[in-house]
Amino acid sequence: MEVVYFLVQNTLPVAIPLLLAALGGMFAERSGVINLALEGIMLFGAFFGCLVTYYLDPTGMNAQLILLIALAAAAIAGAIYSLALAFAAINMKADQTIVGTAMNMLVPALVLLISKMFFMSDGITTTTNFYIKSIPLLGQIPVVGDLFFKQTYLTVYIGVLVLIAAHILLYRTRFGLRLRACGEHPQAADSVGINVYRMRYAGVMISGMLGGLGGFAYAVGVMNGNCNGHTGVAGFGFLALAVMIFGQWKPVRIFLAALFFAFLRQVANSVMLIPFLNDLNIPKVFYNILPYIATMVVLAFTSSKSKAPKAEGIPYDKGSR
Amino acid sequence: MNSNDRGVKKLLLGILPSLAAIAIGLIFGFIVMLAAAPANALSGFGTVLTRGFTRMADVLFYATPIIMTGLSVGFAYRMGLFNIGASGQYTMGMFCAMYAAFMLPMPRPINWIVCCLAAIAGGALWGAIPGIFKALLNINEVITSIMFNYIGMYIVDELVRNNAVMYVAVKARTNYIPENVQLPSIGGGGSSLNIGTIIAIVLAVLLFIVLFKTTFGYELRATGFNKFAAKYAGMNSRRNIILTMIIAGALAGLGGALYILSPSSIQGASMTYEPINVIAEEGFNGIAVALLGCSHPIGIVFSAIFVSFIQRGGTAAVAYKPEIIDVMIAFIIYFSAFAMFVRELVLGKRRRKRAGNAKPEGNITADEIDAPMIELDIDKEE
Repeated sequence: MEVVYFLVQNTLPVAIPLLLAALGGMFAERSGVINLALEGIMLFGAFFGCLVTYYLDPTGMNAQLILLIALAAAAIAGAIYSLALAFAAINMKADQTIVGTAMNMLVPALVLLISKMFFMSDGITTTTNFYIKSIPLLGQIPVVGDLFFKQTYLTVYIGVLVLIAAHILLYRTRFGLRLRACGEHPQAADSVGINVYRMRYAGVMISGMLGGLGGFAYAVGVMNGNCNGHTGVAGFGFLALAVMIFGQWKPVRIFLAALFFAFLRQVANSVMLIPFLNDLNIPKVFYNILPYIATMVVLAFTSSKSKAPKAEGIPYDKGSR
Repeated sequence: MNSNDRGVKKLLLGILPSLAAIAIGLIFGFIVMLAAAPANALSGFGTVLTRGFTRMADVLFYATPIIMTGLSVGFAYRMGLFNIGASGQYTMGMFCAMYAAFMLPMPRPINWIVCCLAAIAGGALWGAIPGIFKALLNINEVITSIMFNYIGMYIVDELVRNNAVMYVAVKARTNYIPENVQLPSIGGGGSSLNIGTIIAIVLAVLLFIVLFKTTFGYELRATGFNKFAAKYAGMNSRRNIILTMIIAGALAGLGGALYILSPSSIQGASMTYEPINVIAEEGFNGIAVALLGCSHPIGIVFSAIFVSFIQRGGTAAVAYKPEIIDVMIAFIIYFSAFAMFVRELVLGKRRRKRAGNAKPEGNITADEIDAPMIELDIDKEE
């Protein structure tokens, strides 16, 4: 049982960054823009979140309050950075893959440049302790308390709240309906008076916001409150896109897919604590590449019945209606 | 207007967006320099632009691997495939070359040729898998080849660390490639010039011939233009996709060999590999090189030399870090994605002038139908 507790407690903080970024990818693609820049946006958010943490820490503020402020900073940073994608993809009708790649290259270079010049390091190192040992009251519930309310981070609960909000926004509001229309058939949306360009801007900016949130959630849940220009977010932005495809562009399924990937990763990292896996003596490298191999396998099986938004990646041109 | 005049015009129109992207990218880089350390910005920017001239041998040395990854990305892009996996293919090729160099003793010059062939095989395999996924299952090659960047990097680093012949644990890097396996140097005496650069340039010319003078190249470009039309015309797109990715992978893989086997006097630069679980940047620089070179093999040679040139300047700029060049390159790629827009801007203005400003916005006019997309492409050879 201890092993199960351990795995669940450690899976959730890893699943949340994937969930948030994948939801971000979903909002962009549902509006019709492919957000390949998620990797860069995540690191951008993580960097600003860590920067805020770095400067707030000496004030003696409560750690969880710092976390909330830093998350807000990360979300704003991500949304602002995503404007670069929105402008290129929507106004300039540029190739979204190229723009995304450029944006992914820019952030690690900027983070390294700034960190090396001003912090004498490859990233931002903070000392704030975001870790929650046990949540009062809830942590005392037998089993459930052990599973979900001990040895965790605040980001886990924020992630779940964002998931619920995303589901409602996408399926229960007028905005969500319009957004989905722009991703499926922008010409039809336009013909009933929806401003496709504005909706796509909204989709991309929500995407950037969630990407930034996911980035700082990664810095908290995986990097222990730090960020680094060399390792960045270790391909989580790209994994998030795979999670999104696996989740068929639907919030709840994306959550399950994120849990699946995070669980694989966590098993890989804790082989030594799981007796029967440890006895197999499989080289560690196999576990390192497991999430990426799993992505390939999952994509191979889900590709044939893909429910991708029909107009994703295609610039909308009013003239070609 | 004679055909020669037309050729020059087409060429100018082709490279104009790249030149514009470079100019805007450099300006943004300068702005970042100004923001980071205003006092040194002007002199630092000057260093970036001029220092390369004093180190032309080093410029070519570092240009060689990115010519190869650039050719890899550019070749696949011609077919409409975005080979973001050049990094993994490069790393795989480099590993295979290294393995052959250390583990298979052979007489010179067979040995370095075998190393290069091993690299080609390794890179080709790493390109083939995303190609097969794309061709048979229609899975976006961008995601699969990124996954293979990570898979390749982890496997290579692990294999290197577990090989006692190659790896020196105390230095956390491999031994230097034995002298008799290194590529033949040009000029001798610790010069950074070697035969690798010549191999890369010859391959670029060869690719140019394949792309523009063979049936395979024609099919490839046709598929890149319009895959449905190409399929309708009876071209086997599945076979072509896999073949393209194999060739792209082989090119990037050979780039890895040409880098690791190249002798130079640059400290810690060549002939050794550090397994630090970081994805090779040469693959991503290859994307920049390919885009700047309009995916044209000859253009790629020039753009690789340019990128290498400013990188050398970046390592020398006082008060800055070499990452400033990566910032500039990222800006350049970003703006080179606007190429179509720039071309349309130039052409559109001219066309509107011709039409006497009579063309209404947003409607397809006969004028537009007369000027097919093909005409915009400089690479359509007479």
